[in-house]
Amino acid sequence: MRTRIAAILVVGVVALGLVMSPGCKKSPEGTAPETTAAAAEPIKVGAILAVTGPASFLGAPEAKTLEMLVEQMNQAGGASGHKIELLIKDSGAKPENAISMAKQLIDEEKVLAIIGPSTSGETMAIKNICEEGKTILLSCAAAEAIVNPVANHVFKTPQKDSDAARRIFEVMKDAGITKIGVITSNAGFGIAGGQQLQKLAPDYGVTIAISETYDKQETDLTGVLTKLKGAEVEAVVNWSIVPAQSLVAKNMRQIALDVPLFQSHGFGNIKYVEAGGEAANGTIFPCGRLLVADVLPDGHPQKQVLVKYKSDYESRYNEDASTFGGHAYDALLILAEAIKKAGSVETAQVRDAIESLQGVVGTGGIFNFSAQDHNGLDKEAFEVLTVVDGKFAVYEP
Amino acid sequence: MNLSQIVQYGLAGITVGSIYAITAIGFNIIYATTGVINFAQGEFLIVGAMTAISLSRIAPLPVAILGAVLITTVLGGLIEIVFIRPVKHASVLRLIVITIGLSILIREAMLHVWDEKVRSLPYFTGTPVSTVTILGAHISPQILWVLGVSAVIVIALTLFFRFTRTGRAMRACSDDRMAARLCGINDRWMVTLSFMLSAGIGAFAGCVISPVTQTQYDMGAPLAIKGFTVAIVGGLGNSMGAVAAGLFLGLLEALVMSQFATAYKDVVAIVVLLLILIFRPSGLFTRSDVSALRTV
Repeated sequence: MRTRIAAILVVGVVALGLVMSPGCKKSPEGTAPETTAAAAEPIKVGAILAVTGPASFLGAPEAKTLEMLVEQMNQAGGASGHKIELLIKDSGAKPENAISMAKQLIDEEKVLAIIGPSTSGETMAIKNICEEGKTILLSCAAAEAIVNPVANHVFKTPQKDSDAARRIFEVMKDAGITKIGVITSNAGFGIAGGQQLQKLAPDYGVTIAISETYDKQETDLTGVLTKLKGAEVEAVVNWSIVPAQSLVAKNMRQIALDVPLFQSHGFGNIKYVEAGGEAANGTIFPCGRLLVADVLPDGHPQKQVLVKYKSDYESRYNEDASTFGGHAYDALLILAEAIKKAGSVETAQVRDAIESLQGVVGTGGIFNFSAQDHNGLDKEAFEVLTVVDGKFAVYEP
Repeated sequence: MNLSQIVQYGLAGITVGSIYAITAIGFNIIYATTGVINFAQGEFLIVGAMTAISLSRIAPLPVAILGAVLITTVLGGLIEIVFIRPVKHASVLRLIVITIGLSILIREAMLHVWDEKVRSLPYFTGTPVSTVTILGAHISPQILWVLGVSAVIVIALTLFFRFTRTGRAMRACSDDRMAARLCGINDRWMVTLSFMLSAGIGAFAGCVISPVTQTQYDMGAPLAIKGFTVAIVGGLGNSMGAVAAGLFLGLLEALVMSQFATAYKDVVAIVVLLLILIFRPSGLFTRSDVSALRTV
């Protein structure tokens, strides 16, 4: 009896599907000429973001930012008249998810561009897929390897980690620090940052006395910091994402390792300062200007963009804006600017247009792209910040 | 290496060791009554800490922690009644697989109830920057809290299992469930009680370590892995052994870290686990003839 009912159901569903499918297919074909006459066809933009999982502090604000910005753009008539249709996929920060999602977006959805992924590891995993699939990739991840060597269709919006390292070393040089200890997490971001620090240190006369790697999910760092203390370093550089960034500040104070603490641009969220409490005060790190938007001089070219993004985001989501959400903002902004410049939604023309974009003011800095530079930012995109009484402030030596 | 540096490594070892130890205690209670390793134990810690963090906004810290422990205890009981009890012909393996599923379920539920952000409870005494100085080396006062709370829990548990009627009934269930039932012990409720107890202790542990480790919804699993290793090394079901093994593993990791690259310290933990499983499966601190008597 049961099997018969099941069989009937299956037949029913299949029959229904047969009836429905031609109807569904027909309607867009039938209405297509009308819509092109009334408004340009919508463009599909995919986004692969780590909305949940260990990198959710990146992916969640990025997804929220894109939803907000797409709504704003579509209300204002879309990108050059084309409404934007956004497809957000949550990768959970897993490269294998990013790969299957990228294939799906390229082969099935035939998107014009993919924004994301949030992390460097995921981006590197799909770099070639996008290149072969001739789909524009606007990564929100930090690692330099994403755009070096340049792949035709791959761009990224966050500042380069080598520039972050340069800004850190500049501060050290001014302060007369020559012997440092470096600790990095064993995630893609930490490893890439550690390599840049090793490479650039000699240029600034800095010796890395000791360099250690710890597990990205470590819950206590007193052991490794004890080692740094033994090496008598004059400063500590930590290159990681949460939760280690707050831990390192606390653990240093707890074992009385009283030297300056430098962190990467990954520290740019007031939540980490709150998690670090009193211990986070005095941390020095390079960062985009979003965090100090309110105190920028009025004439600063980025001031208007930053203040608008920050107030829009904060009033809509009732949480602090972070620089990470800004990376997604910049990615969509660049895509919209390129569509405007190309006057087309063909991949090849939009791609060429991105390479020719100059002086686009985003949240991360002022973008000047070229065929060799698919990031478009230089070290001036970073401001050196510090923490004073639990708040971000511009660092003054 | 001078004396203060050696002491500093020792204190670093005690810091991580105390965190391992307090996590491991919770594993032992459920194991002692049911023979099941509860892989959702790490999640109990995080649920407890998260609840306490939320409550601490409206209540003073001790009240918030007490509330969190009670809520998690009830949750532990409910989980047993809903997910474990209805399983018929429950083999130990099947129950263990269920607890793995539960850990994923609780983790995702936490992501929805709270969010992905890192939080922490305030330090019980002092601030993130205060330290206690011992022989020229420094340690956070919170670690003394962790050690103190571990000691209190272990003593309380030992007294409970040895001298109270309920505690003895729980041990009887673990030795031979059928015989316990014949003696008139309600074995089902003993299992529920063991889940409640271990959830409550887990929540308390989560609260005490939260200022040090910070709390994020997906931190349960890595904590549980270390806690599990320690529980095995100390001898499953042996709370005193768990604390000793936790401190031992922490100190061993600190020793490795002082001599080799930091990345090797997790290798040591796994090698110790393997060696114990191969040569002394009953654990370092449990006599093998005692564990052989167990029938579960």
